[in-house]
Amino acid sequence: MASAVARWRGWYGAHPLHLLALLGALALAGYAAAGAVGAPGAVRMLVWFVAAILASDLLLQPFAALADRGLLATLRGVRRWRGPARVPVLNHIRVPVLGSGLLLLVFFPVIVQQGEQSYIAATGLTMDPYLERWLLLSGAMFLISALGYALRLARARSAGTTRSPQPR
Amino acid sequence: MRPTGPAPTQDAPDHSDGYGAPRGLWAALERHRPPGPSNPRWWRSPLRGPWLTSVLGAVLLAALPIVSVTGLLSWVAYGPQFGQAIPADPGWLHLPVFEWPTRPSWLFRLNQGLHVGLGLVLIPIVLAKLWSVAPKLFAWPPARSAAEVLERLSLALLVGGILFEIATGVLNIQYDYVFGFSFYTAHYYGAWVFLAGFAVHVAIKLPTLVRALRSRSLGEELRTPLSRTEPEPPDPDGLVSAAPAPPTLSRRGLLGVVGGGSLLLGALAVGQTVDALRPIALLAPRGRSYGDGPNEFQVNRTAASARIQPAVTGPGWRLALTGGSAPRELSRADLLALPQHTAVLPIACVEGWSTTQTWTGVRLRDLARMAGAAEPGSAFVQSLEESGAFNRATLARNQVLDPDSLLALRVNDADLSLDHGFPARVIVPALPGVHNTKWVRSIEFRSA
Repeated sequence: MASAVARWRGWYGAHPLHLLALLGALALAGYAAAGAVGAPGAVRMLVWFVAAILASDLLLQPFAALADRGLLATLRGVRRWRGPARVPVLNHIRVPVLGSGLLLLVFFPVIVQQGEQSYIAATGLTMDPYLERWLLLSGAMFLISALGYALRLARARSAGTTRSPQPR
Repeated sequence: MRPTGPAPTQDAPDHSDGYGAPRGLWAALERHRPPGPSNPRWWRSPLRGPWLTSVLGAVLLAALPIVSVTGLLSWVAYGPQFGQAIPADPGWLHLPVFEWPTRPSWLFRLNQGLHVGLGLVLIPIVLAKLWSVAPKLFAWPPARSAAEVLERLSLALLVGGILFEIATGVLNIQYDYVFGFSFYTAHYYGAWVFLAGFAVHVAIKLPTLVRALRSRSLGEELRTPLSRTEPEPPDPDGLVSAAPAPPTLSRRGLLGVVGGGSLLLGALAVGQTVDALRPIALLAPRGRSYGDGPNEFQVNRTAASARIQPAVTGPGWRLALTGGSAPRELSRADLLALPQHTAVLPIACVEGWSTTQTWTGVRLRDLARMAGAAEPGSAFVQSLEESGAFNRATLARNQVLDPDSLLALRVNDADLSLDHGFPARVIVPALPGVHNTKWVRSIEFRSA
């Protein structure tokens, strides 16, 4: 029995239960997809399903990584020019950018007023305030981060300059 | 500490390289590695590793079932026995249908608040989890056996499923129907595709998750500052970078940023469903104030968009009660002359927002008795609205007979405004918001 399982593993690459579980999952997903196929717009659903994967893996994540590498390179340039920072500023930029970016990503429709006609029909209100609200929230996050940075800087200064400066 | 290299399995003496059949094909594939991200040295983050992935995975493992079950429950709440759940006939793909209760009155509010609110809160965690496993997407070879091919296929269901659910859900709560298909249908079937991928992923990866969580202490990580942050030991799955850059953020810092993002979205979401907190729901679609007047609360579908003409709601309006032994027509004055009942009830939308108001009107069960149908099996309510998917709704027996189920004429001691359903609207505890029909034209009491 054990050797049969080992032979199976050598051929398939995992325990037989692995195959059973995966076939079960694929069957369930196939059944659900078959239900959606009968509905209007089924092709669009498939397109959105695939596009969601591509947008996350090939657009959002690479864009975020590139932006971060750009930020790191910029700060390296600043360091060459002005010398090492007493308090690293990197995460004081990263955090509000991430916060603001997250809000833009999630609330993109109301911020750019996409689909406003259906919003007006549902609520009786326009989407006018949202862009301003997003800018205010983003501004507040940058401000709080900057205050935190100023505080750390002041503390580092008052603690004296005996400690060697940090890399960033 | 656990062993960190690829763990040899007990019954696999002849394929320690992990190849399945046909070995030649997989080995040849491995020799043709493309440039770029399939090179392990491409990935530089010193924080990626099985422990970090497993912490994020454990949070999702605890929370995603709640989001899933509340979503499936909302299908039941819409009343599939009356054909008004969407999709109407999903075959086997539904929870057992039961009579959706009217108590507690905040049941649907809680259900949808959890579904949408927790769904939003999980977005940063899902994104972080995907970031943490990104090297595996590009890992080369893409598979070394049929088992790995199938597993990657199931990961497409998992990742595509959750991103599809997030995208359609997030767009729908903002009334942005850019996708051009039925939200309900797509979100429902998409959920089952996701659940298929989720279930099998948990089944396969749970042992890895437990092992990885045990490899480090959470408390210890939360006490580790940037200066002492080091990469996790190399792992067989290749999550840990082979060429880590110096850390710029501690592991606790990363968890803090992700958790902070979740808190931010949670704060915006909770204000949509707790009236007192609405001012903090700054970006939420239902975080707006209408003012302080008795009728100045969240509107869903304005009278203008429902094309309700003032003429049909004027003095000539009559409510038709049919289906019983004593059908009749009542004017608004007739209704106001009947015994009035007041109830403080939330009205909760499937989109995760709600508002609690004080409604006054005639009990539905009193109307049933008047119409000669004291023990109705259900009630079919029709609106003056000519078109629109929700210009009618069927209420189940328990929803008609609840003492707080009203044909409301007034709200907060004032006549209903046209946008809130003047001359009369239904309000039933724990009923999905859109089934609280506005501008009611007729109620037909049915025996089943």
